[in-house]
Amino acid sequence: MRGRLTRRTRRAGLNLLGLLVALVTLFPIFWMVSTAFKPATEWYTLNPHPLPAHPTLSNFRAVLDGSVIGLPYWNFLKNSLFVTLVSVLASSLMALLAAVAVARFRFRFRTTYLIMLLIVQMLPMQALVISLFIDFRSLNLLDSLVGLILAYTAWALPVTIWMLRNFVAAVPRELEEAAAIDGAGPVRVFWRILLPLVAPGLVATSVFAFVFAYNEFIFALSFLGADTAKFTLPIYVQYFYGRNGADWGAIMAASTLFTVPVMVFFLLVQRRLRAGLVAGAVKG
Amino acid sequence: MVKTIERRPGRLGVLAGRPAGAGLAVRQRTAIWIRRRRLAPYLLLLPSLAVVAALVLWPTVQIAVFSFQNYGLAQLAGTAPTQWVGLGNYSQILHDPEFWLSLRLSVISAAVMVPLTLAVGTLVGLLLSRLGRRMAAFVSSVSVLAWATPAVSASVIFVWLATPDGGVVDWFLTKLPHWLGGGAHWAGFSWTNAALPAYTLVTALVVWTSFPFIAVSVLAGLRAIPPELHESARVDGAGPWRSFWRVTYPLLRPIFRVLFLLSVIWDFGVFTQVYIIIGELGQRDEYNLGIYVYATAFQLPPAYGQASALAFVLTIILLVITVGYVRASVKEGALQ
Repeated sequence: MRGRLTRRTRRAGLNLLGLLVALVTLFPIFWMVSTAFKPATEWYTLNPHPLPAHPTLSNFRAVLDGSVIGLPYWNFLKNSLFVTLVSVLASSLMALLAAVAVARFRFRFRTTYLIMLLIVQMLPMQALVISLFIDFRSLNLLDSLVGLILAYTAWALPVTIWMLRNFVAAVPRELEEAAAIDGAGPVRVFWRILLPLVAPGLVATSVFAFVFAYNEFIFALSFLGADTAKFTLPIYVQYFYGRNGADWGAIMAASTLFTVPVMVFFLLVQRRLRAGLVAGAVKG
Repeated sequence: MVKTIERRPGRLGVLAGRPAGAGLAVRQRTAIWIRRRRLAPYLLLLPSLAVVAALVLWPTVQIAVFSFQNYGLAQLAGTAPTQWVGLGNYSQILHDPEFWLSLRLSVISAAVMVPLTLAVGTLVGLLLSRLGRRMAAFVSSVSVLAWATPAVSASVIFVWLATPDGGVVDWFLTKLPHWLGGGAHWAGFSWTNAALPAYTLVTALVVWTSFPFIAVSVLAGLRAIPPELHESARVDGAGPWRSFWRVTYPLLRPIFRVLFLLSVIWDFGVFTQVYIIIGELGQRDEYNLGIYVYATAFQLPPAYGQASALAFVLTIILLVITVGYVRASVKEGALQ
């Protein structure tokens, strides 16, 4: 009897602790969204309330209409999506080829190559942005979304290859051999056998490339200096915050519009993501 | 590769006049040639390697080269030739108090952030492993949201939480009872005007963002430990503290080693959060090494040579830690 009771209190205590962790973790996000719906009188106060008493959409309207930079939010969303999607597509395709090489072949310099992949992931962007800036300037790639796509593709590749090779290695080789015996060429085997089977892994790894490109700040900050119309969302939100002084309602609305899409995306692919997370970062 | 392309037209011409079956199509020929020479892996690696070499490796080499040069605005515009200055940029750095100050800030803040992140992440991971399935799923979903919040958004949110007028942190601290350190003196307290409060805020932000990754990784490791081990430890009279250090930690040590080194690399190089919280490049006494590198390169007048030397120092520091990380990963069988 006593054992059961303590077990029950223990369980309740643990659940309470879990709830507390969830609340503390959620609070900043909750506060951002709540502020975004508050009229100025409600956030500019010495006694803030958790929920807006008179919720308003005026903050969102200001962001969507473009009251600060003179361009609506959609313009920056479009830039961000363009840069992100193209670089994710390019890096996933190239990474898949490289992952097949690493997972399916034993060749000279394979170990060297893998170690290089690990090291390259750790190079500091805030250091290398200097030489990239100088190179991009001479190549006319500053203030250009193409330049950003190139940089994001290259910088997403090492992690993507590193994670993807585990997924390729998990595809049973016998299937490919069977197809080859049936007369399928390597290209056909790749499209018909390997690609469908690696697709879930491709989704998991491309999520990381997606988040990297969608959130990236240093390169965008350095390369997109002059032309505000070319800004991607992170730079837009930072600029909005810098220019808007203390219009926290509008700043939080801009930040919400930037953050919520990526969160929804994350929650949708969460389970796959955790598999990728564990496969990529812990097991190797 | 070049050879085949040169040979192709001739062979094609010959093939055209022969009966079917005597020769092979060019595509098949190339395939055989690639297989015989075992070229396939190299061809598959070529595109990604070319892109990474051009946009990651080459810039690293360039940084090293620039660091020995007097590279400024005039050299960028091409109006003055680049001059080699030997170790000039480096000796300038060594005598630059701002460099040492920023390095100190980077080291101290990483020394606080890393253990804190690991401790919080591990505790949450342990908690998750003891929760019921539904509750665990809920808590880890919420944690993933924190992790998924873009650095820019998270930084702006934390600035807003801690802003002197209307921020909820100062409001909370004024309401806190005296014996917990609260009181009216917190009203209007600025968290961004001096290095210590600013980096306290950065630390809170970094822990908030990165504990989920640690928690999920630790949880994955915990799931792999057979429950009998903990049970027998409990039967032998070990409490949770002892059981963690004697059973869990030794078994998860490889994971912890990798997580520790990754955290050091990430937290030492934290940029975006600091850039936004200290208010762009205004307050020089709040620079960490990464911000100092950036400011030297991009604030007028830009000193690319000197910034490259700083960047090279930063890169080398991170590479030294990375060597440890690579060794830990190799030990874990990462290269299989």
